[in-house]
Amino acid sequence: MERIIFYSIALIMVVFAIASVTSRKMLRSVIYLLFVLCGVAGIYFLIDYNFLAAIQLTVYAGGIIVLIIFSVLLVHHIEMQLEIAKLSRQILTAVACMVGLGIFLTTIYSHEFNVVENSRTTTTADIGSKLLSYEAGGFILPFEVISVLLLAAMIGAIIIAKGAKLTGKNDKAL
Amino acid sequence: MNFSYIILIPLIPLVVFLLLGIFNQRIKPAVSGYVGVLGLLTSTLLSFYTAYQYFFVYGKANGVYQTFVEKTVWMNFTETLAIDMGVLVDPISVMMLIVVSIVSLMVHIYSRGYMKGDDGYTKFFAFLSLFSFSMYGLVLATNLFQIYIFWELVGVSSYLLIGYYYTKPSAVSAAKKAFIVTRFADLGFLIGILIVGYYTGTYDFEMLNNPEGNAILNWASTSFMGLSVLTWALILIFIGGAGKSAMFPLHIWLPDAMEGPTPVSALIHAATMVVAGVFLVARLFPMYYFVENGFALNIVAYVGAFSALFAAIIAVTQTDIKRVLAFSTMSQLGYMMLALGVSGYDGHEGLGYMASMFHLFAHAMFKALLFLCAGSVIHAVHSNYLKDMGGLRKYMPITNITFLIAALAIAGVPPFAGFFSKDEILVAAFEHNKLIYFVGVFVAGLTAFYMFRIYFGIFWGKETKYEHKPHESPISMTFPLMVLALLSIVGGFIPFSKFVTADKAGFEAHLNYPLAAVAVGVGLLGIGLAWAFYKNENNLADKMVNFFGPFYKWTSDKFYFDEIYLFITKKILFNRVSAPIAKFDKKYVDGTMVGIGNKTVWTSEKIKSLQSGKVQDYAFAFIAGVVVLVLVFIYMWTN
Amino acid sequence: MIPGISIYEILTITSILFFIGVYGFITRKNLISILISVELILNASVINFVIINKYLYPDMLQGVLFSLFIIAVAAAETALAVSIIIGLYRQISSVEVKDVETMKY
Repeated sequence: MERIIFYSIALIMVVFAIASVTSRKMLRSVIYLLFVLCGVAGIYFLIDYNFLAAIQLTVYAGGIIVLIIFSVLLVHHIEMQLEIAKLSRQILTAVACMVGLGIFLTTIYSHEFNVVENSRTTTTADIGSKLLSYEAGGFILPFEVISVLLLAAMIGAIIIAKGAKLTGKNDKAL
Repeated sequence: MNFSYIILIPLIPLVVFLLLGIFNQRIKPAVSGYVGVLGLLTSTLLSFYTAYQYFFVYGKANGVYQTFVEKTVWMNFTETLAIDMGVLVDPISVMMLIVVSIVSLMVHIYSRGYMKGDDGYTKFFAFLSLFSFSMYGLVLATNLFQIYIFWELVGVSSYLLIGYYYTKPSAVSAAKKAFIVTRFADLGFLIGILIVGYYTGTYDFEMLNNPEGNAILNWASTSFMGLSVLTWALILIFIGGAGKSAMFPLHIWLPDAMEGPTPVSALIHAATMVVAGVFLVARLFPMYYFVENGFALNIVAYVGAFSALFAAIIAVTQTDIKRVLAFSTMSQLGYMMLALGVSGYDGHEGLGYMASMFHLFAHAMFKALLFLCAGSVIHAVHSNYLKDMGGLRKYMPITNITFLIAALAIAGVPPFAGFFSKDEILVAAFEHNKLIYFVGVFVAGLTAFYMFRIYFGIFWGKETKYEHKPHESPISMTFPLMVLALLSIVGGFIPFSKFVTADKAGFEAHLNYPLAAVAVGVGLLGIGLAWAFYKNENNLADKMVNFFGPFYKWTSDKFYFDEIYLFITKKILFNRVSAPIAKFDKKYVDGTMVGIGNKTVWTSEKIKSLQSGKVQDYAFAFIAGVVVLVLVFIYMWTN
Repeated sequence: MIPGISIYEILTITSILFFIGVYGFITRKNLISILISVELILNASVINFVIINKYLYPDMLQGVLFSLFIIAVAAAETALAVSIIIGLYRQISSVEVKDVETMKY
């Protein structure tokens, strides 16, 4: 059963990922990305990391995708056809990516992973106590740092997107 | 006795210079004048204290003045060859301290009046302090290299002060001329220093000047072109001294240096800096005297005598009063040089040395006085030329009397200072070299003549119509005149032979009455001629001009030396030597470099389109590069 | 641990996703599309963290925590990128890469 689910999720992810990077309609491209992200969440469910899967769905599928859709709607006409790279460029890039993928896969398959058989379920409480632990191996410092980073990013995003006031001087510069 | 406080004497003017230089714009002119005067007053008091301590309290041991040295090693080359920084206290350095202090202080006070209202008032005082610092450092130097450093520093301050009116093209070119000519001479000095360092292994004056020392005893060990190497070195050093002291043929800068403000001429180009050359020869006197039996010293004597004569003749025909004084200075410096040249070493034999230093002292006083008087006159009539003056005695009584005193002093009339020093010089010359003696006497007559020519020309003669009524200068200017006049009167009675002698032992000097009578007679003859020619308006002078005809023309054009130098440098050096070199440099040396630059620009033009500015292109290059690198590494590892 | 699925298969999938992201990053001409490609790349690496944590070190939580941080950073990054894109759009009325090449020689 899990195998079937996994393979179908994998298939969905790959197909929609390709569709996402090749689609010539902006909005569709974003929606395809949404499917890929949901697939990733599915994988997390499969390996029993429910909390992570929830985060993935809320932050990525819920937050980021909405953000991107907003920006698409702000700067594009829905029907606009995106420009596409030159064919030679596409082929060259594809070849480079194929070669890179080949290298990755050969490296992965030639490596012996020391897999530990288990079916352990990680609870949210574990993650929470680890995050807030200040003992050895605790993540309290990165946790705090990341919260400051998020704040900074928020302020930065507001300032940048707000832009300079459109005064006469700026008009002249444009 | 601890003389280490002497270091303060040069340091105070340095501090004043830095203070005035840094806060140039923020200091009120009045304040900067007081700061400059106060700084120098402190140095002067310290100098007098030093002189008292040295000459009367501590200096003598067993009847001989000792040399005190306070120094720190600055650069060490070998055991003995080191460049030190410090102060050396011996009779001539203490005497020079007094001379520099008095004249510099008087010039500082005088400048407060003379430069009043000038835009660069603070700058002027800063430069004066810089000069005082350098001159103090020069006279206190403990070794050849230290003296060289300060030697260049006085050169720089002289350059700055000559070019003080930097908006005047003539002042700028005069400053450049002074700097280049003296710098050219200093090249000789530097080579001399290096030779001395190489062959004797020391720069230290005490070791060089010790009559039983290595440097003097072993002079004959090396020879070059028929002369000992040390003689060559001394001649080269003398070239440096001749450049600074405006000896023939390196004199051409001194008359032009009169473009500077008059107090500067009084301080630098009459009393202190120009005697540096004399001081240098005196400082190395034992070497000059003992090495190769005084061969180099003979050169000094003849160059001095010729310069004295040459300059005196030119001085007779000049119409710019400052230039007359400049040539007079050159002539008197020649006098000091010839006195050194005819001097011996021990006891009374060293009369010439003593006389030279005595004349240096007296000359500093009365020549500074003459310049300051001239400045006072120029201040009143706004012109340098004799034709714009005349009959000024009614308007400027103090200047008149002080100028007269100075003129009598330089003419050698007793009991003024110049009489005593000149008499000693003539006695020394008479005892050693008759030819030089006769030159000396003739120059004494000429000196009296040209000096009274300008005296009568300025203060008597026909009264010129003045645009403004001339007036006596303010007290800040006349006070230094009176002080210096007093010193010119009493200076001659200082028993110099007790204090400053070649062997530092001191001896009794007596007036030689027949020779003194000859000198005074010649001097009075000169004065009488000037009286007859210039006291009242008459055409005797014009008749003399006609009588001498072309000779007068040559003389008033200074024997065309400027033109000769110009011809040599412009026509020969610039056109024949420098121009081809410059061409080669432009065409081949520069050409190669420019070519390389052009090729680089060309190449970058060709490849700049690689920089498209698109992040994705760079990302593609990056990823493709990573892939290729990984492939290469895998290939290498698997083999 | 997914029964019947080895770590190799999952790593293959993530590698494929990663290179699809790279392909998109290089070929797309639009800033938002590039952003999407970056998200793909990021997700591929996040899955790797989690998978390796789960398969190789099930007793630890480092991979999970790191992926949490990556998600947070990615959210911040996206917010900033979107704001930059909007700012850019105000300035030059375009979000095409070809119009943003002032770094050119």
